[in-house]
Amino acid sequence: MRPFKYSNASGPAAAIKAVTANPTARYLGGGTNLVDLMKEDVMRPSELIEVTRLKFSAIEKKANGLSIGGTATNAVTANHGLVRENYPLLSMAILAGASAQIRNMATNAGNLNQRTRCTYFYDVNMPCNKREPGTGCGALHGINKNHAILGWSEKCVATYPSDMAVALAALNAVVHVEGANGAKRSIPFAEFHRLPGNHPEIDNNLKHGEFITSIELPPNHLADKSYYLKIRERSSYAFALVSVAAALEINGNKIKDVRIALGGVAHKPWRATIAEQLLMGKEATEANFKAAALAELKNAKPLGQNKYKVGLAAKAIVRALEGAMQGGTYGAMEAGSTTTNQN
Amino acid sequence: MEERSTFPDLSEAERKALEELMPDEMGEIISSGIKRRHFLKLFAVTGTSLLAANLLGIEQLMARSVPIEEQPPVLIENGINVSFQVNGSTQKLTVDSRMTLLDTLRERLGLTGSKKGCDHGQCGACTVIVDDKRVLSCLTLAATCEDKKVTTIEGLAIGNELHPMQASFIKHDGFQCGYCTPGQICSAVALMGEAKNGDASYVTANVRKKEKSVKLSNEEIRERMSGNICRCGAYPNIVNAIREVHGDQAVAQVWQFADGTI
Ligand SMILES: Cc1cc2nc3c(=O)[nH]c(=O)nc-3n(C[C@H](O)[C@H](O)[C@H](O)COP(=O)(O)OP(=O)(O)OC[C@H]3O[C@@H](n4cnc5c(N)ncnc54)[C@H](O)[C@@H]3O)c2cc1C
Ligand code: SF4
Repeated sequence: MRPFKYSNASGPAAAIKAVTANPTARYLGGGTNLVDLMKEDVMRPSELIEVTRLKFSAIEKKANGLSIGGTATNAVTANHGLVRENYPLLSMAILAGASAQIRNMATNAGNLNQRTRCTYFYDVNMPCNKREPGTGCGALHGINKNHAILGWSEKCVATYPSDMAVALAALNAVVHVEGANGAKRSIPFAEFHRLPGNHPEIDNNLKHGEFITSIELPPNHLADKSYYLKIRERSSYAFALVSVAAALEINGNKIKDVRIALGGVAHKPWRATIAEQLLMGKEATEANFKAAALAELKNAKPLGQNKYKVGLAAKAIVRALEGAMQGGTYGAMEAGSTTTNQN
Repeated sequence: MEERSTFPDLSEAERKALEELMPDEMGEIISSGIKRRHFLKLFAVTGTSLLAANLLGIEQLMARSVPIEEQPPVLIENGINVSFQVNGSTQKLTVDSRMTLLDTLRERLGLTGSKKGCDHGQCGACTVIVDDKRVLSCLTLAATCEDKKVTTIEGLAIGNELHPMQASFIKHDGFQCGYCTPGQICSAVALMGEAKNGDASYVTANVRKKEKSVKLSNEEIRERMSGNICRCGAYPNIVNAIREVHGDQAVAQVWQFADGTI
């Protein structure tokens, strides 16, 4: 690991000022992503400012919903009574990610800023436009079975690895950030992460030095019917091949509100707006779920090794919606495995 | 460099006991310390009656920290002064900002119980308990530990009394090579607290139902321990060991000696 200056933030203003002033300075949350990438020499900050002791860990009701602190840990967030009761989708998604140890360390802000797990990105001997712009994308015609099927560009076909963010996308979360001189802004979740386009080196729309203070969850009527389905190569402690955050509100026998977001398929959490629009006002039947899922995946462009993800994602959408309809209880849709031979 | 032939620091009584049981290995033990191989031999020669008594002494010997010299300060770049508790005693150190908690424990404090498996947060062998929570010491920078309370595998027993989780891992043979065991045990100890708190996991039937404490099924134990990989595949025995401590009642031991005794 390369040498770096280290300090504990004395207060938010000082921390934000210090990081803003130094283009190669970074905040340090739980360190579960940044320290790993520094060991790999993929990230080379000259300065780290530790922020987990700053007072941004509260989880509390506010006028416009539930506010979740940027420095609160993933474990505390997933297990908070208000989150479990009102946003079970978020609890499930967080608990589907990483391991108990990592969730105890990981902060919510750090989770949103974690970087792709593309193996070319991790290997400094390989070409990678995200790590080193202009060197080419090793995965485009290389080993890409874990890569994107939607929204990618010739410059980068990586996927975004967070489970938590998939639920936040479905829940229409808002990210609150603070920049230098107290400049605050709110970023709707759909605009937080970005597609790679010509600049895959930029993961999201946070500006250098902007500090995530909290994440806001607007109220909804989805808690009774929400489900996070994660499909992976082993049943725990692995990143998603495909994941689906699904939530419904039913009125009579019609769908009044529906949210579907996919993980593991794109450079950002993929909100399945085509499927959602098709389902609004319809009955919550398997046939309707299937038609909506297929319509969403019609635009998929698989790479050399990941055609399997198209079918997998379509089936996962159906299964997650059915799981949500059954009250979002674990077990109903899992049967202890993540095989996809249903339907 | 300190003369290593005095390691391990055996008391008269310990030296006598070992000499009686394993005269052939004594020379090696004195020059290079007690290895698991000796431990297994001891296991074989003592049989069941002597086993329990000797086990405790040997566990303690194995857990004793190796004397380590202070690094000359010139090797430290961007030194950070940090003070934290490790197994109840306060440690004040100057560490390189790059130093992880794992390397600090092993290289600076001589506590080699916490293991370096992958060094990238993927295996769990380095799991320790910081302020009552299980974390990965390989991804924790030592500089972040100011004022924190760290418990490692060496800090779980009280004197000669093994922590119930340690005793249960021995009873249920929850290991083969033993490399992942310190991490497994620290992880399992913290898990007992999480279950008492009513924390949920991905396989919890209904996360909306918050209970005061949760009773862990085998599936729950597996899911919640998935951050600790065991390459020997001792998982069924690990689950049994945890179930016994969690359920507060004996779980049948599934192994026996060749002569049929347990
Ligand atoms: C083995 C392993 C398996 C994993 N599996 C999964 C998985 O299955 N699913 C999943 O979703 N995740 C998984 N993860 C990733 C894990 O969730 C992330 O590493 C974690 O959430 C990052 O949070 P952190 O606080 O540790 O971030 P850090 O590593 O501390 O920081 C990450 C980034 O966020 C920035 N940052 C931190 N705080 C702030 C702030 N307040 N404002 C602005 N920027 C900030 C940092 O500067 C840095 O760039 C896994 C990780 C590991 C090591
Ligand atoms: S997919 Fe993106 S991260 Fe992976 S090699 Fe290509 S440019 Fe790099």
